[in-house]
Amino acid sequence: MSYRGYEAVIGIEIHVQLSTKSKIFCADSTEFNGSDNEHVSPVSAGMPGTLPVMNSRAVEYAIKTGLALGCNIRKKSIFARKNYFYPDLPKGYQISQYDQPICEHGSVSFKVDGVDKTISIARAHLEEDAGKSTHSGEYTLINLNRAGIPLLEVVTGPDLRSPAEAAEYGRTIRQIVRYLDVCDGNLEEGSMRCDCNVSVRKEGATQFGTKVEIKNINSFRFVEKAIEYEIERQIDAVERGEKIIQETRLWDPDKNRTFSMRSKEDAQDYRYFPDPDLLPLIVTDEMIEKYRKELPELPIARAKRFQDEQGLPESDALVLTTEKDLADFYEETAKVSKNFKSSANWIMTELLRELNTANKTIATSPIKPEQLGKMITLIDNGTISGKIAKTVFQEMWQSGKDPEAIIKEKGLVQITDPSAIEKIVDEVLAANAQNVEDHKSGKKKNLLGFFVGAVMKASKGQANPDLVNKILQEKLK
Amino acid sequence: MELTFASFSEIADAVKSKKVSAKEVVTHFQNRIQSLDSKLNSFTSQNPNAVKDAEAIDARIAKGENVGVLAGVPFGIKEMLCTKGITTTAGSKILSNFVPPYDATVVARLKQAGVVVMGKLNQDEFAMGSSNETSFHGTVKNPWDLERVPGGSSGGSAAAQAARLVAGTIGTDTGGSIRQPASFTGIVGVKPTYGRVSRYGIIAFASSLDQAGPMVSSVQDAALSMEVICGHDPMDSTSSQKPVPQWSKNISTNVKGMKIGIIKEYMKGGLDADVQKTFDQSLATLKQMGAEIVEVSVSMTEFAVPIYYLVATSEASSNLARYDGVRYGYRSDFKNLSAIDLEDFYGKTRGEGFGKEVKRRIMLGTYCLSSGYYDAYYNKAGQVRRLLTNQYLEAFKKCDVILSPVTTSPAFKIGELINDPLTMYLNDIFTTSTNLAGLPGMSVPFGMSQSGLPIGVQLTAGHFEEQKMLNIAAALESASPVKGQKPHVI
Repeated sequence: MSYRGYEAVIGIEIHVQLSTKSKIFCADSTEFNGSDNEHVSPVSAGMPGTLPVMNSRAVEYAIKTGLALGCNIRKKSIFARKNYFYPDLPKGYQISQYDQPICEHGSVSFKVDGVDKTISIARAHLEEDAGKSTHSGEYTLINLNRAGIPLLEVVTGPDLRSPAEAAEYGRTIRQIVRYLDVCDGNLEEGSMRCDCNVSVRKEGATQFGTKVEIKNINSFRFVEKAIEYEIERQIDAVERGEKIIQETRLWDPDKNRTFSMRSKEDAQDYRYFPDPDLLPLIVTDEMIEKYRKELPELPIARAKRFQDEQGLPESDALVLTTEKDLADFYEETAKVSKNFKSSANWIMTELLRELNTANKTIATSPIKPEQLGKMITLIDNGTISGKIAKTVFQEMWQSGKDPEAIIKEKGLVQITDPSAIEKIVDEVLAANAQNVEDHKSGKKKNLLGFFVGAVMKASKGQANPDLVNKILQEKLK
Repeated sequence: MELTFASFSEIADAVKSKKVSAKEVVTHFQNRIQSLDSKLNSFTSQNPNAVKDAEAIDARIAKGENVGVLAGVPFGIKEMLCTKGITTTAGSKILSNFVPPYDATVVARLKQAGVVVMGKLNQDEFAMGSSNETSFHGTVKNPWDLERVPGGSSGGSAAAQAARLVAGTIGTDTGGSIRQPASFTGIVGVKPTYGRVSRYGIIAFASSLDQAGPMVSSVQDAALSMEVICGHDPMDSTSSQKPVPQWSKNISTNVKGMKIGIIKEYMKGGLDADVQKTFDQSLATLKQMGAEIVEVSVSMTEFAVPIYYLVATSEASSNLARYDGVRYGYRSDFKNLSAIDLEDFYGKTRGEGFGKEVKRRIMLGTYCLSSGYYDAYYNKAGQVRRLLTNQYLEAFKKCDVILSPVTTSPAFKIGELINDPLTMYLNDIFTTSTNLAGLPGMSVPFGMSQSGLPIGVQLTAGHFEEQKMLNIAAALESASPVKGQKPHVI
């Protein structure tokens, strides 16, 4: 993509919070809604003599994510200490992986504006989160509930070229980790945090420009906006003949701009060295194979299967696979209804609209896939019309009852018996003798629509519309 | 039974058979501490609940419960180990107000075995020192000569044990801090194989070297207490899964056919005459008892002290970062003049909280790990460390145990070396290799200087070969020319 004759080079680091029950190096709860410092043991507080012990679930989640991102899983990875002082960093160092991360050399593919794009994943490494400082007047309050929460930092190569790509990359990672059930993907609660490295260079240039890091962006829309702003800012600076300073910037969503946080000139020397308290992390082939077998079908593969095997259009397949729960819901519905397209349509239109309006998720949908599937079967076998189905759907949404029960209770079965319909038609025609006369004599042009409406009304909408049409046409000849 | 000099099993058997109550034992030793420690300065704090703890043991015995192999045995614990509810300062001002809410695994296991914790023992600040002169609580005196140091860093443990203020003590050894003071005070001190003892709750100095061990009066007591404190701990990933043998039951003084290695590179001379004499005598004794002497080469020991100081200070600089006054421990007084910024906050707190030796080592370690120097120092030290370990493994193919001096001289005078850190560091020349290679090592008393100071000899064995080491130590102990000698202060 060209920006005033320049090209943007973007790399992203996403901190994925792994949804383990306990912290990465101790048994403290990872629950989000704890009161201040509720989930803090001596280990989390970095008290003297305490030691880290690896949470094997965090390792499992890291490996699964690595496999889903096509990474090589290192058989022997090392934890290092990243030494720096900060009040919410209890030990004075963060345990992280440095030159030997658990996952390396992967890639991830997605579509941007209909075009396929593949981005390299340089590495994904395990580390612990720090605590949280709240500044209040001359005091700083420290909450260590977050300290020790397991994070997997997923780092791309400098492969992204536009803000839209960056945002779509982020959404793709979110989609994948949610499919894997290793992270809830909740950006507001900090379950995913993005740092973007942005630089610009003249189109055709081979050397990278000086990069600027934008830290802690908490939505993919802001990722896009922040990068957009940053590209323009950097091009302006270059055009003015200024040098880009290597620095860390923050995004201000209110002012729609980035601002400088600290210059890299006074960058920390983290004094990394292998943490002597943790043995090297050894991953066996058996572990990798076990976790590989447990991997769910990932969104891209699933969307492709929906197209190839079920004949869904690409747009439907992409919508239905955005979330694993949604795709599961669709497949369960289709399994019952045996009608792929109709299942897709009902979910994408009626169900998603209702869920959005009610602020519910697919997991909390009052209508279950079996119920929706049965309802579609009832349409397909002519028990109810598409029109009645909308009523049945609303009733299901309200009461959570099965479609058959609703149809029975409300007497909503479609009338498909021609003689029964003929009876109603006759009654309607008899009651509208003058109109019949006018229609037949051609005095009034085509009153067929009027008669259909009247018959449907008389049948309380239950008459099969096709039959009504057919019978009326014959009688009005 | 003379309680003062009783062995662990004598005390435990007497307590269990109700010949004496745990309370009486505790009271007896409390009286000794009361009357003698003012001369030694070995205790930094006493357990206010010691008598209650002893009564609890007596009550359990009265109910017929099994109270463990060390029932009623009173122990002193080096300040480096966290003790629930008892101040644990690591000899530093920066932890002067720290009361841990948990027991170190070693302490928990001792209590489980019936030990009564009598109090905490003085040490060099954060175990950095070879003389026990860097403690925030002041210097500890050697009970054999009050003008001399007891050795460091477990000087408080050594002095309290030598003067029998308790029946047993626990020390920690990062570069010789159990063996050197044990030698200086005439007691038995063991550093087990790295990974034998959980480090959980032991204040970290240099994590890849630290190991706790007993500082006691006999090889038998050492073996018995090691059985209690050793073994895998789920709280320490580096602790070994290997089962713990019953060393105490398997001790044999028969050394016939055992191969005693002596390190060629150690035989260059330069030892104090008394130390040399003790070493020669121990060697001759073992030979006489039927052991075979073999010469082995561990040429990398030449670099042991520099490697040790690179590794230990690097790890220490990181381990001591947590003492920042934010969550616990000492904080500089900002009541009247608040901190200018974070750097000021840390600077004042750490500047006031740490002593000179600790600061020196933090700076050295920070330098070693800093970018541009890491490869030349820490990384290189790690490589040489591996070579050293490999040389030891080769040497142990030729011998069962290595015999060497512990230190170059007996206990020196207080103040003699404190302003000469390099000479002080060289004191660790015979002990640091063991830690770097993760091997078990121990000091057994075997000689006396002309001026009446105890001298030990050091035994080093292969990984997890504590039994061989204890056996040879027991043989030496049985033939020791200084057996039964007691320090003048008692």
